[in-house]
Amino acid sequence: MTATEAGPGTSVGAALGRKEDARLITGRTMWTDNVTLPGMLHLAILRSPMAHARITHLDVTPALESPGVITAFSGREVADVQGSLPCAWPVTEDTVVPDYPPIAVDEVRHTGEPVAVVAARDKASAEDALELIEVDYEPLPVVLDMEAALADDAPLVHRDQGSNRCYTWTFDSAEAGTGGDVTRAESDAEVVVTRRFSQQRLIPAFMEPRSIVVDPTGDQITMWSATQVPHILRLMLAMVTGTPEHKVRVVAPDVGGGFGGKLQVTPEEFIAFVAANRIGRPVKFTESRSETMMSGHHGRDQIQDVTISARRDGSVTGLSVRLLANMGAYLGLVTPGVPVLGAFMYNAIYKFPAYRFECTGVFTNTTKTDAYRGAGRPEATFAIERAMDELAAELGMDPLELRRRNWINHDEFPFTTVSTLTYDSGNYEAATERAKELFGYDELRREQERRRAAGDTVQLGIGVSTFTEMCGLAPSRVLGSLNYGAGGWETASVRVLPTGKVEVVTGTSPHGQGHETAWSQIAADQLGVPFEDIEVLHGDTRSSHKGLDTYGSRSLAVGGAALVHACEKVVDKARPVAAHLLECDPADLEFTDGAFRVRGSPESAKTIADCSLAVFNAHDLPEGMEPSLDSDATYDPANFSFPHGSHLCATEVDTETGRVRIRSYVAVDDVGRVVNPTIVEGQVHGGIAQGIAQALYEEASYDDDGNLLAGTFVDYLVPSATDLPTITTDRTETPAPDHPLGAKGVGEAGTIASTPAVVNAVVDALRPSGVTDVPMPCTPERVWRAARSTEGSERS
Amino acid sequence: MSRINLTVDGVRYDDDVDPRTLLVHHLRERLGKVGTVVGCDTTNCGACTVLMDGQGVKSCTVLAAQADGRTIDTIEGLAGEDGTLHPVQQAFHERHALQCGYCTPGMIMAAVDLLSENPDPTEDEVREGLEGNLCRCTGYQNIVGAVRDAAATMRAEVPAPRESTTETVEGTAPTTTGEVAR
Ligand code: FES
Ligand code: FES
Repeated sequence: MTATEAGPGTSVGAALGRKEDARLITGRTMWTDNVTLPGMLHLAILRSPMAHARITHLDVTPALESPGVITAFSGREVADVQGSLPCAWPVTEDTVVPDYPPIAVDEVRHTGEPVAVVAARDKASAEDALELIEVDYEPLPVVLDMEAALADDAPLVHRDQGSNRCYTWTFDSAEAGTGGDVTRAESDAEVVVTRRFSQQRLIPAFMEPRSIVVDPTGDQITMWSATQVPHILRLMLAMVTGTPEHKVRVVAPDVGGGFGGKLQVTPEEFIAFVAANRIGRPVKFTESRSETMMSGHHGRDQIQDVTISARRDGSVTGLSVRLLANMGAYLGLVTPGVPVLGAFMYNAIYKFPAYRFECTGVFTNTTKTDAYRGAGRPEATFAIERAMDELAAELGMDPLELRRRNWINHDEFPFTTVSTLTYDSGNYEAATERAKELFGYDELRREQERRRAAGDTVQLGIGVSTFTEMCGLAPSRVLGSLNYGAGGWETASVRVLPTGKVEVVTGTSPHGQGHETAWSQIAADQLGVPFEDIEVLHGDTRSSHKGLDTYGSRSLAVGGAALVHACEKVVDKARPVAAHLLECDPADLEFTDGAFRVRGSPESAKTIADCSLAVFNAHDLPEGMEPSLDSDATYDPANFSFPHGSHLCATEVDTETGRVRIRSYVAVDDVGRVVNPTIVEGQVHGGIAQGIAQALYEEASYDDDGNLLAGTFVDYLVPSATDLPTITTDRTETPAPDHPLGAKGVGEAGTIASTPAVVNAVVDALRPSGVTDVPMPCTPERVWRAARSTEGSERS
Repeated sequence: MSRINLTVDGVRYDDDVDPRTLLVHHLRERLGKVGTVVGCDTTNCGACTVLMDGQGVKSCTVLAAQADGRTIDTIEGLAGEDGTLHPVQQAFHERHALQCGYCTPGMIMAAVDLLSENPDPTEDEVREGLEGNLCRCTGYQNIVGAVRDAAATMRAEVPAPRESTTETVEGTAPTTTGEVAR
């Protein structure tokens, strides 16, 4: 397979075919579940069928008699070595961080929680033996609803904590000095719009189930894991188990999607680690889809109370947000931080003069929540974009006109927002204009008017979402101020081999994003080396010892910048070598089109490959010159990056059946300068698909006993090809001023933007009959009910 | 245990299998054919799709014993021996129809199956034809484009091998030519 040839210096911006495809389309991919080691045992995990219970009796010995079984153990037997799973983001000083044993010891707090483990010679034998383990449970009261959980007499998820409140995090612009007082704004307002929105619980549903192999033999204990975060995992394994960090190696081989769902250090990883060390043989644990759905972390699950105050002319005067965020039964790696990330995004692209935010995290007897594509920002964007539409309806104003009256104009950047962020760049006018044009906005509005007047049973709805997001996680200093347990830098190394081929080592950990291609493009341009001559190494702490991995649309925004700087250092180290080869002064050299040339006499040139061979031989380098071009750089951004865009959605809503069909969808995104437009477009498509899925299809709910109702792909409706529309995409390009490439981030944009665009379109279609909300997912039944509801909204 | 023989990607394998072993597990664990993957336990995702005697099947819905005597084609055998990609593989690469690539083996095999039945599918026909294969990364748009591109390539390619066939069987089977050229 050949990638499109790119000339020197022109790789960035070219739609090059992806390098990683060669193995992925031929079945030669290295998934964790493909790893097989000599003597390897297979684990199966017995999980709690109860949402809350005391374990009164547990005996694994009958399982030991089963054919093929090597050992079995419960939480009690490994209680002193299994440790407690870490939460890296207690957002306040008084955040309740409960003990979180990988295998429950005395009490289970959600269905699916591990209670015992069997290791056997093959997976089927391990699974068969689970049935022989004896467990008695004494049921305890279950609490699932967040508001019920906060009541004084609520059953407690953690009985030693005295309450189900995990934390309350607040922000007030009057106190912070970034804006006025919201209470005053509301009492002075000409219009006040208050809405309650519910963010249903979602399942990340990456296609590759999580899988872990641990090899305890050799000097380092090696863990292969289908994870987004091999570096964080290594650190956490060391810190939690007390194993010295340098004795742990973590490999994330090819990883089949993550979407935040693999931004976790999981009970199963610790169970496999403990099991391998206990048995002294390699072990593998690959979960079934049902296990992924039940016990891999979930996303969203928030209740949002939003109030906008405004004047009749449409100018907004205040915003207040009260949030309940379901933590689940335990805290994962960044569980408490997810809704707090959203705190900075409710004010969105608008100039709110006053803002107040309060978020309470609540424990319930459910699977823990944590990051899912967008993590906090889709929720915030949904609420504000839905509320802006409601305000527009209240004022009888076109929703785009309302937005225009309130957004930050392109000539007002950099702009410090009421929630303390400084937006570096953007052009909301340009993106919106382009989107309107591609969409045929005015024409569709006219059609809508005609069909409303005619009383069509199928109504046209037009949904608007003009969004921004903070991404590129993140400035370490900001993370520190938010009580996050790590920095946000990223690192890259460039190794120049004797033949002039180049290895780029990155601390980012791709799982579908195409870093091998994009990073090659960047290095090709910086070093003047052919795209094909670059190999990108990632996801193995033995080659990439340092990094903070891939999530939060950070890889290009942070890791890409680190790579540029590492390449610059290579060029700096090569310059005196080239000068020596050309017998000139380094100051007389310029590096253009991949070669050093003496200014004024371009005919004699030395490439990076020439310099690399010279330092490899090192026969006659000047005294004291280091014979190496290899370079590292670590980049800590000064600010987040702020991609933005305008998405427009047209829906055909059948008021008699409740069926929603997306008729057209236009996305104009501004993600700054683009390294590979094909990859960017793919990210936008996939992101929008997941946002549409939240709007229309997906919901993970529990029955009254705490059993997950959508625990398989039969009932958790990940959209198939027939459920999604063809999307029209385009871009405007406002380069990020402080980024060496001008790049922002794109991984989450589509998901953040699309959910409110779709729901706004559904509500807009039904607006003439007085509907002001349809809860997500907008299933035919819910749409039908809303259309029939005499009060208009099902909820209000 | 029952004795089965399978021809997988052109190689014959004889094995004793547990009667409850699924074909996908037999392929992955016994034969080392790990290019075919498992994405679910409810036969919904299609990640495990292979061709059995030329027909697309989800290999997690077939017992290894049921496949006795059959020919199985997986993603690993799809490219030519010289590494030339199948038009569907080539189109997936060119149209960026994959991101993480986990759904890809099944998606490509399902597309090959679809195109063998319908060489010129409309966009809707592609979407319907691939309904049993889930992809979480791409939103399907580029997959649909790739399948239609591959269809066009394959239709254009059909005459090449047929020309030589017509030479050898000249005059004997004119209707065949007409059918294939459809
Ligand atoms: S693994 Fe066969 S359909 Fe999902
Ligand atoms: S490419 Fe990742 S699931 Fe399809």
